[in-house]
Amino acid sequence: MRSMLARAESPIRRLIRPALWLLVIVPAVVLVAQLLLDQLGAEPIEALEHASGEWTLRLLAASLAVTPLMRLTGWGWMVAQRRFLGLAAFFWAMGHLSVYIVLDQFFDWPEIVKDILKHLYITVGMLAFVLMIPLALTSSKWSIKRLGGKRWNQLHRLVYVSAIAGCVHYLWAVKKDLEEPILYSAVFVVLFALRFILRKPGPRSPRPVPPDASVTLPAA
Amino acid sequence: MLIRRPDDIPSSDITPETVYQNRRAFVGTAGALALGGLIAPSALQAMGFDRGAAGMQDEKLTSEDDATSYNNYYEFGTGKEDPKEQAKDFRPMPWTVNVEGLVKKSRPYSFDELVGKLPVQDRIYRHRCVEAWSMVIPWQGVQLKDVVARCEPLPSAKFVEFTTLYDPRRMPGQARAVLPWPYKEALRLDEANNPLALLATGMYGKALPNQNGAPLKLVVPWKYGFKGIKAIVKIRFTDKMPNTTWNDANPSEYGFYANVNPLVDHPRWSQAKERRIGQFLKIPTLPFNGYASQVASLYSGMDLRKYY
Repeated sequence: MRSMLARAESPIRRLIRPALWLLVIVPAVVLVAQLLLDQLGAEPIEALEHASGEWTLRLLAASLAVTPLMRLTGWGWMVAQRRFLGLAAFFWAMGHLSVYIVLDQFFDWPEIVKDILKHLYITVGMLAFVLMIPLALTSSKWSIKRLGGKRWNQLHRLVYVSAIAGCVHYLWAVKKDLEEPILYSAVFVVLFALRFILRKPGPRSPRPVPPDASVTLPAA
Repeated sequence: MLIRRPDDIPSSDITPETVYQNRRAFVGTAGALALGGLIAPSALQAMGFDRGAAGMQDEKLTSEDDATSYNNYYEFGTGKEDPKEQAKDFRPMPWTVNVEGLVKKSRPYSFDELVGKLPVQDRIYRHRCVEAWSMVIPWQGVQLKDVVARCEPLPSAKFVEFTTLYDPRRMPGQARAVLPWPYKEALRLDEANNPLALLATGMYGKALPNQNGAPLKLVVPWKYGFKGIKAIVKIRFTDKMPNTTWNDANPSEYGFYANVNPLVDHPRWSQAKERRIGQFLKIPTLPFNGYASQVASLYSGMDLRKYY
């Protein structure tokens, strides 16, 4: 098992970035093509809203899946994919919000403000988006250096709040059939749970000392 | 079947045939004013075309394709594109409607017995969904008040309740308890006797498609679309306000009356505007969906915020 993992590491490491780029770009291209070819059904604006919202949550889930995967495999280089996926989720969220402001409300600012203040699912959705802004702004390596790893990590815990808000936004937006939003929320619950189960080795979760006491634990 | 020309004089609420025929010419004029493919509602209003009670003149019919491929009919799936696909093998005929409750004689009626030989109506109505989208649909059918009269309700009857077919083998969406099946809807008897209330048997000049509620669907254009119960198998007259499906499922969001009202928001979203399917800009929603002059008197003295 270990050796299989070791053999897979190098090709995966080489291919992961182009694959993730495809994951982000292809759905966007398909969606725009469908829009231009009038393939989004009777209510194309709603279709765009739903698709962009769902892609935001999918990419957010993907970015939150990186840490558990990293702990399972021990592949530290994956941490860069985490930021990439988080940023991709943010761009889909911007698309989602733009569709709402431009196509749905057509810059009707009084109505938009009223909507945000009065309708809780929109309020919560805006919260989810606003919380992503500082994370997107500090997604560069330079920012990590400047803030220092510890503070950067603390700041980026906001992603949990944003993800929960995103799920609540989805659950509240649906009229009756909650199957899909519940499915999405369940994925996030599993991802959160995995973080507790696969705890980071370190002072907070003492491990039994390995038989060979001279071997130091891998750095977090 | 029931698809023939109206054989009586259409009442004032029916779009006159001439207006209907002239719509093409009108749409041409409006097209000249269209900017980037959008008909600016303000330009139409400036030309004197009021969207109010009388006129449907400025409102383009929704394309038949959209009206038959985008709708809510949870008995055939909760997605808006589901009903068309999942209802395609549904066979509505033969069809029986049980008439029960406070009537001279409770008994089953065949489809033809119930709606056959009644004057066929052609009605172009706005359709406003509670989800804030809308369409303009040409229906064919019979006046509900004629059907009510045929059922011979007793003087004590105050409400009329409708029930949709319950048969999960024919309606696959009923296998999941998304709503408490069977779907039920109801009207006050005076609402049912309003000339606007229709039992539709067709749309766009064709038999009612399965996905739109074949063979018999209620159309009450001043109310949100969910009142328009589909595939009706039971009509029951009663003196107590009946339970209705969406009201049971979520009483704070869906009332018994469910009159279109831009001033009373759905708890989770605004009802002030609507998107007319096929148009880009949202348009203002009108009280009673633009039929206030015909129906507002039914609710005089009622607090419409309380009785939403």
